[in-house]
Amino acid sequence: MIERTIHVDYIARVEGEGALKVRIRGDTVEDLELKIWEPPRFFEAFLRGRSYREAPDITARICGICPVAYQMSACHAMEHALGMRVHGELRTLRRLLYCGEWIESHALHIYLLHAPDFLGYPDALRLAKEHPEAVKKGLELKKIGNELMQVLGGREIHPVNVRVGGFYRVPTVNELAAIRPALERAMGLAEETVRFASGLSFPNIEEDYEFVSLRHEHEYPMNEGEVVSNRGVKIPMSEFEDVFEETHAPYSNALQSVHKGAGSYLVGPLARYALNHDKLLPRARSIAREVGLEDVVRNPYRSVIVRGVEIVQAVEESLKIIDAYRPPDEPYVEPPASFHASTGAAITEAPRGMLYHRYRLNEEGLIQEAKIVAPTSQNQKRIEDDVRHLVSASLSLDDTALTDACEKAIRNHDPCISCATHFLKLDIERT
Amino acid sequence: MPVHKPRVAVWKFASCDGCQLTMLDCEDALLAIADKVEIANFREASSAVVEGPYDLSLVEGSVTTPEDVRRVKEVRAESRVLVTIGACATAGGIQALRNFADVDEYRRLVYAQPQYIETLATSTPIADHVPVDFELRGCPISKAQLLEVISAYLTNRAPNVPNESVCIECKRRGNVCVLVAHGTPCLGPVTQAGCGAICPAFHRGCYGCFGPQGSPNVPSMLKELGELGMAPLPMYRVFRTFNAMAPAFRSAADSAVSEEDAP
Repeated sequence: MIERTIHVDYIARVEGEGALKVRIRGDTVEDLELKIWEPPRFFEAFLRGRSYREAPDITARICGICPVAYQMSACHAMEHALGMRVHGELRTLRRLLYCGEWIESHALHIYLLHAPDFLGYPDALRLAKEHPEAVKKGLELKKIGNELMQVLGGREIHPVNVRVGGFYRVPTVNELAAIRPALERAMGLAEETVRFASGLSFPNIEEDYEFVSLRHEHEYPMNEGEVVSNRGVKIPMSEFEDVFEETHAPYSNALQSVHKGAGSYLVGPLARYALNHDKLLPRARSIAREVGLEDVVRNPYRSVIVRGVEIVQAVEESLKIIDAYRPPDEPYVEPPASFHASTGAAITEAPRGMLYHRYRLNEEGLIQEAKIVAPTSQNQKRIEDDVRHLVSASLSLDDTALTDACEKAIRNHDPCISCATHFLKLDIERT
Repeated sequence: MPVHKPRVAVWKFASCDGCQLTMLDCEDALLAIADKVEIANFREASSAVVEGPYDLSLVEGSVTTPEDVRRVKEVRAESRVLVTIGACATAGGIQALRNFADVDEYRRLVYAQPQYIETLATSTPIADHVPVDFELRGCPISKAQLLEVISAYLTNRAPNVPNESVCIECKRRGNVCVLVAHGTPCLGPVTQAGCGAICPAFHRGCYGCFGPQGSPNVPSMLKELGELGMAPLPMYRVFRTFNAMAPAFRSAADSAVSEEDAP
């Protein structure tokens, strides 16, 4: 019996540090471990004793790629605990800030992290030497997403303007109008991105995913909605922990989520699109139709097209919000002056998928317990399943080619390992 | 003599990846930088790795595991110039809050199987382990300062990164002083400039994410915050967050509360 082990010590072009170890005996994958060796940072522990007001800025530091997602989930969870509702223009401005992060994060992944895999380059900088136009367009789109976050949040990484109840200062009509021309240009760039992505060549692979995302009656999901799946889950976000649970594998510094009694599941663009394509705005729907994108995409490589469609959606929504904007009277809803001990939970849609926060507060508004479930913790088991299927079907490849294929299968899901620990090293062992 | 483009490497220790993302966020300058230097080792952005030595290493993150202690020495040995980028690499980051707590308890609180987690009891800046040529501040760092540091080291000059306070930057920006005019507690007077005074521009007090300025008057700051009605515990917490191990902020937090009231 021939045994092989393949090791990838450091998976490149993902956010954070991880490794993959695969042990193959003959034609069977005996063991497959997506190892996250990003060192633990213990956010849930040091949040204890902090004021509810501090959670948005502190949890933003879990991830420099999607700080807005952390700020949004933290705010909504605190508002749930405090019995506050944030309506109207303030709610809309939160969506606008989140659109900035979706545009930036998706453009980063499509052009700088994912496109080199399809076109045969080690990175976007080397890709840019031969295809400068594509990379320049990607960078421009990314920059416009960042500009939107600067206008609303002060800066793109760890914005300073988000607080429980709303914002410190809301933008003026002129401040938002000033970014409109850039967003109009972004619409063209985003549509070109979808055409570019759909022109790439994809392996013919379909996975049988349980897709899980938020779903909202009136809009493509972002800050609010119910948790739904293509296999019958339909629950309020506060019941998330009744249906999904985190487990801890010995080889990893990250916790992994499973759907209790069902196993792995997938969050992120493929899940959101499969469950909410009927809620896309007209231009996003029209570009998806133009490139022949099916309503449910089960080929993980084609997620690059879905991310493109979500950029169109985010740009379209941003334009819509800016055109209808009237500054609210107050930049935030005042939190209650007195508290009673309470618990609040919320989920919002980070670019990589659902991000769950739950906090228990005491009567002084101090955090007694915090629980954070990041998108990559939820996807980790499902990514392992994708890689296991790939390896089983690709045993004839030599170790170098197989390692390369495994890394690509992982990058399909834009894993953010910084989030998941709150990294990848590939280790294929053939025995 | 063979001429090669300067080799730049980007390294990661415990961090959120935001400071290395700042490099990719230099959208207009990124391709120009890639033209002038060889990005020889930047795992977040590239699968291609060129072996050291490197002319300039940018190091993100703090040292939190036994493996990191070994790796940071390797990085130093391979680097002609080593610049730390951001609050984690420069002051231990927010994860340095464990330094004031019991890390075994932290491990048990977060992980179901704490025995799987290998970690040090402390999160420490890179300079605690190896000599550092320059420390770039911020949580996250500023794009303009990052470009200045890269340009400076590639042309063999000292980086122009002033250690003045946020107040100076705030005046230059033309902000109304939130502390004086609105009575909003603000750490601007004791915090190093570089962010662009964004918090006051958004009607918010500075929360110190760039760490202490060159000559901070901490007692006066604490007195002012107290007069504005900030209670001791919130005052303690604001200094003990993103740059908790920076000496001036560490002592500010300790001075804000009496020993028996310290959490």
